[in-house]
Amino acid sequence: MSLRTPLSAAKGLGSAREGAHHWWMQRLTSLALLPLTLWLAISIVMFPEMDYASAVAWMQTPVAAIAMSLLVISLFYHVQLGLQVIIEDYVGGALKIASLIALNFTCIVMVFVGLYSIIKVSF
Amino acid sequence: MAQFNLPANSIVKKGKEFPAPAGATNVKRFKVYRYDPDSGSNPRVDTYDVDLDTCGPMVLDALIKIKNEIDPTLTFRRSCREGICGSCSMNIDGGNTLACIKAISDVKGDVKVYPLPHMEVVKDLVPDLTNFYAQYASVKPWMQSDTPPPPDRERLQSKEDREQLEGLEECILCACCSTSCPSYWWNSDRYLGPAALLSAYRWIADSRDEATGERLDELEDPFKLYRCHTIMNCTNSCPKGLNPAKAITEIKKLIVKRKN
Repeated sequence: MSLRTPLSAAKGLGSAREGAHHWWMQRLTSLALLPLTLWLAISIVMFPEMDYASAVAWMQTPVAAIAMSLLVISLFYHVQLGLQVIIEDYVGGALKIASLIALNFTCIVMVFVGLYSIIKVSF
Repeated sequence: MAQFNLPANSIVKKGKEFPAPAGATNVKRFKVYRYDPDSGSNPRVDTYDVDLDTCGPMVLDALIKIKNEIDPTLTFRRSCREGICGSCSMNIDGGNTLACIKAISDVKGDVKVYPLPHMEVVKDLVPDLTNFYAQYASVKPWMQSDTPPPPDRERLQSKEDREQLEGLEECILCACCSTSCPSYWWNSDRYLGPAALLSAYRWIADSRDEATGERLDELEDPFKLYRCHTIMNCTNSCPKGLNPAKAITEIKKLIVKRKN
């Protein structure tokens, strides 16, 4: 049995004085993803042919390359923020730290894979 | 952290049956969760058939009748029997509410009565609310002001400013909201929960309080505040019709407001 007072346990380590930035960025990225995903869906539907050549030709236009880059960055930023919350909700202890590290590394790698692919196809 | 495997003694067994007295025509079946940690045995659900012709209209009336006339070992909290003290909060027919203002006639079929979900059980329908009360205390639910009150009168507040407290100051701390919140189930050791956050906002919204900044400082935390994912179970379950989810959103908005 713990002799720590209930108030001491409830206060814990105190306030981290953060969380607002995470909350705000989660909403900003979803706001950005709304037009970007809509634009992607419409663009793909409007391909003259559903083949690799028309995808490459489309990606070589500046608008497509820039918007796709923005989409990749906001998407994986949003994924990172969202999955971080789920991990914090359901995972504890050492596994939590390991999951958060894996999540952050994966999302950063995916952003660079996406940007590299766009650049490679565009030029 | 969420716990997916059940702890020891958590399987609820079938319990005793108490049939209605002979000749009763208007019988309702109550299935009540029973647990005595001192006995070492698993919790069980006892079945009481209650004659509604000799019983009051509310679920609490039936529980008192059961305790008085059928089974005096049944343990539950109750006091005011009119929805203002918050003692008889429990899970009835699958939802958290006050037994004293929940009409038996509102329940279709058997009336299932359980303690508030995901709390340690002291006995039968009595949950351990120690941490819940400590979290309430941790938000300093009292007026903090550097300016001393006028020597000859109370602190004044305009009618408009007083209206800001409507829907906030009526909370009776029954814990229906917090114990209906999945986020509170998984992380009640760090997440303050809707009841404590509603009370925190009640003082943030009070025009006479001078500690708004410090209060927001203390709340801005990934766990204390931002475990709220707007699930809305709190607002859904509040027997007083309050909206803790809205109060929490107002806190989040104020924290963003002072940064931008």
